[in-house]
Amino acid sequence: MTNRSPSPIILLGTRFLSPYIMVFGFYVIFHGHYSPGGGFQGGTLLAASLLLIRIASGTKIASLQFKDYLATPYAALGVVIYFGTGLVAMIMGGYFLDYEQLPIPGLEAADLRYWGILIIELGIGLTVMTVLTLIYDNMVKGEDYA
Amino acid sequence: MIIAFTLVLLFAASDLPYRGEASNQMNQEVSMTGTKVPGNYYIQEAYNDAHTPNIVTVILGDYRSIDTLGEQIVIFTAGLIVFLLLRNRKEGEDDDE
Repeated sequence: MTNRSPSPIILLGTRFLSPYIMVFGFYVIFHGHYSPGGGFQGGTLLAASLLLIRIASGTKIASLQFKDYLATPYAALGVVIYFGTGLVAMIMGGYFLDYEQLPIPGLEAADLRYWGILIIELGIGLTVMTVLTLIYDNMVKGEDYA
Repeated sequence: MIIAFTLVLLFAASDLPYRGEASNQMNQEVSMTGTKVPGNYYIQEAYNDAHTPNIVTVILGDYRSIDTLGEQIVIFTAGLIVFLLLRNRKEGEDDDE
């Protein structure tokens, strides 16, 4: 397993397939307001598209797409996006995670809740994607062929 | 024993009310003890509160958002634990711990 070179068919196939899975992941996150889906599911799909490249072509090529040392800061950034949204709403005079008080001008209360839900779904998606990538990277560290 | 357990479950399930019936206790606006049922409020007011057609998204992201924050922190903690456990596995062999 360690000395086998990757097949070009698999490389081309995964490079063809991976962007479409990523686009579908973004669709699941952003369309979660109208259909089943959301941050957790979309983040898992984004991680699937990253892991497909990582499994097929090895860590060295895949690190051109997403550096493995960036995974932990991005996961923390996702939590900070969620927590910061709640904290900003609390500082602006509401309860914790009360999106009605977010300081976005020109929107009424219901639309502010709409955008607040979207912001926290983005944070969740970022965290789930980077954590799944982080787990894979740490499990195969020093054992993959490329 | 499996057959006996199946019989017990079937006997219990034969007494359940039909799903979606309007006279069920869980579909009432006021519960048995006189308090308001939150699920009824969510179904009636979710679109007016957040302009989002998907009720599940509104419940998870708005009404129960602290629970979702906890789920995200659980995932983040799991990732950190894997990172800390597997990070120094190669150098860990000559550590004297």
